[in-house]
Amino acid sequence: MAARPVPRIMQQGKLAPFYYLAPALIIMFFFIVYPMFNTVQLSFLNNNGTASASATCVDGRPCWGVFENYRYALTAEFNSGSVKAFWNSFWLSSYGNTIKWIIFMVAGTVILGLLFAKLVDGIKNEALAKSILFMPMAISFVGAGVIWKFMYSYGTQQVQTGLLNAIISAIGGRPISFMTQPVLNTYALVVVGIWIWTGFCMTILSSSLKSVPDEIIEAARVDGATEWNVFWKIIMPIIMPTVIVVVTTMVINVLKQFDIVYVMTGGNYNTDVIANRMYTEMYINFNTGRGTAVAIILVIAIIPFIYLNIRRFIAQEEMR
Amino acid sequence: MSREKINAFFARIPRNFVILLMIVIWVVPTFGLMITSLRPVQSINRSGWWTILNAPTGSREYAQNCASCHGEDGKLIAAADLTDPALIKQFDRSILLLASLNKEYNGQPHMGTQVVPGAQMAADIVVHLKNVSGVEKRPRVTFNNYVDALVGYRGTRTYVDDCNAGTPPLDINCNLSDLLNPRGMGRAFVNSLLVTIPATILPILFAALAGYAFAWLDFKGRMLLFAILVGLQVVPLQMTMVPISRVYAQLGLNGTFLGVWLFHTGFGMPYAIYLMRNFLGTLPRDLFESAYLDGASHWTAFYRLAIPLALPAIASLGIFQFLWVWNDLLVALVFLGSTTPVMTYQIANMVSSLGAGWHLLTAAAFLSMLLPMVVFFGLQRYFVRGMLAGAVKG
Repeated sequence: MAARPVPRIMQQGKLAPFYYLAPALIIMFFFIVYPMFNTVQLSFLNNNGTASASATCVDGRPCWGVFENYRYALTAEFNSGSVKAFWNSFWLSSYGNTIKWIIFMVAGTVILGLLFAKLVDGIKNEALAKSILFMPMAISFVGAGVIWKFMYSYGTQQVQTGLLNAIISAIGGRPISFMTQPVLNTYALVVVGIWIWTGFCMTILSSSLKSVPDEIIEAARVDGATEWNVFWKIIMPIIMPTVIVVVTTMVINVLKQFDIVYVMTGGNYNTDVIANRMYTEMYINFNTGRGTAVAIILVIAIIPFIYLNIRRFIAQEEMR
Repeated sequence: MSREKINAFFARIPRNFVILLMIVIWVVPTFGLMITSLRPVQSINRSGWWTILNAPTGSREYAQNCASCHGEDGKLIAAADLTDPALIKQFDRSILLLASLNKEYNGQPHMGTQVVPGAQMAADIVVHLKNVSGVEKRPRVTFNNYVDALVGYRGTRTYVDDCNAGTPPLDINCNLSDLLNPRGMGRAFVNSLLVTIPATILPILFAALAGYAFAWLDFKGRMLLFAILVGLQVVPLQMTMVPISRVYAQLGLNGTFLGVWLFHTGFGMPYAIYLMRNFLGTLPRDLFESAYLDGASHWTAFYRLAIPLALPAIASLGIFQFLWVWNDLLVALVFLGSTTPVMTYQIANMVSSLGAGWHLLTAAAFLSMLLPMVVFFGLQRYFVRGMLAGAVKG
């Protein structure tokens, strides 16, 4: 790590820096660092943190001792009757759904964001088009949840007031209950996520696209490269680092995604995700042991990205 | 397929069509919500928002069955003036209207040789008659949903109607105090402001101090501490909530503003410091050196030099934190709950308890979006800049 040296004349006393740091460090210690360790500790204890988790084991049932909360968090949703039953229950569990969210939402937001950024690059109303796509970032996930719950709304036999089902009815199809049909409903929620986050990816990717020097692109065109080749062989390699940053950021955002599921289905009808499940265990079932165990599993999924973040930061610092 | 063919295919995709399609998909849902929130509740449940410009309910049925005798405006038969509210009040149910249509008037069947309309059609005609006579106006556009949402009215009519009739529900007083009804969005709006403003100012204040130390003061472990900070940026809320709500329960901070302010401050800190330090670090070094040479203390250099120069970064950070706190649901749900409902909490609660009360839900959702939209469109430049400076938050 190449710390930039501070000139000697600016070193004013050994304690001075800590006056500036103290409020931030104290509050971060109490609200982030201490709770992190406490969460780890609680995840090995029973439902209210008074005894070891192994005390909650029931005779004759599988038990992992102090890891009992983890056994519950990892296996409670699964049906281990057969391989097929296991796979089905896994794919509809909070873990399977979180995987669906990660794959489809990250792909959707990054691809659509990049597509839109590239298409509007240089058109007359570029700024306007971009702020329209970006607008959902300003409204809450709760608001977006209501907007889309209304889009998906499943009316009565006589009338469909939800736009999507009205279109399906108009072209002769049977209305679909988007929110309650397992498998389909999680994808319907992912669409909402994509609708919200595409603007974020688009903005970052757009500024990266603009940083590609025009001369390189012009030179390639003069040499007879097709637009397709210009994009994949020249632009993409240059913006690749930004694409990776956007992808990792999106994975983190998706893992923490709670509001959309909470507002639109409450995690019912097999739409649960890890972030929502932690809330359910902790604040609906009031089981701190299980709730914190789910939280730890969530963090373990995020740790690789914490590492990537720090590594990227160090690389940036060295370039300064 | 050869490469040339693929290229030709992609060249043919009309780029404007794709752009337009995406913009439509991004605008239509919000637009539909806005239109719906402005329609009377009966219309919302009867037809989609895209029919708002269609002919009003029942007017077609009226023209088909009644207009030949009663006239287009309903006044042609003086003895049975259909614009007279007193007359229409006798037939304000489809079953009453149908009974009258089956009766004989002056020795003749009411409908003459025409077929008596069915129940659904009669109901539509009743709606039309009530509308033209003024018994129950059904305008295309109304603000009643917004009024009802603001005061937390949950009756079967509208707040204005009930108050005019003098029969309000128990929790409605029909005066300005209704704006503070705990079930309403008015109260929630105030609560949201009370949560958001301090939770935006506090982190900026602390982050400016810490960011300055990281950028321009020398101390041991500066880089290590900062690298840890970068890692802390992505720690999820869920990881820290349980212990803090346990501590809050002991301190009595659950359900208090102070508890939420502190939590948002602590959680917003890593990103805020990161942004401030990176911005302050790009200021020219000569500036600080000459200030020190002129005898300025680090404190003078901080608040006379660094802070004024960092205003753009402070603006980005302010917008970020403001939107983050305003739009947050999880923290409000856990630490405030129903004792001090904020807007997001109130809406989430309405979704689960009201089911399909779309007139209230759409109006409430739109109310909650107003302030963020103003902030966003007014200060978009700073928002985007802050986002590009450090893409991770939350």
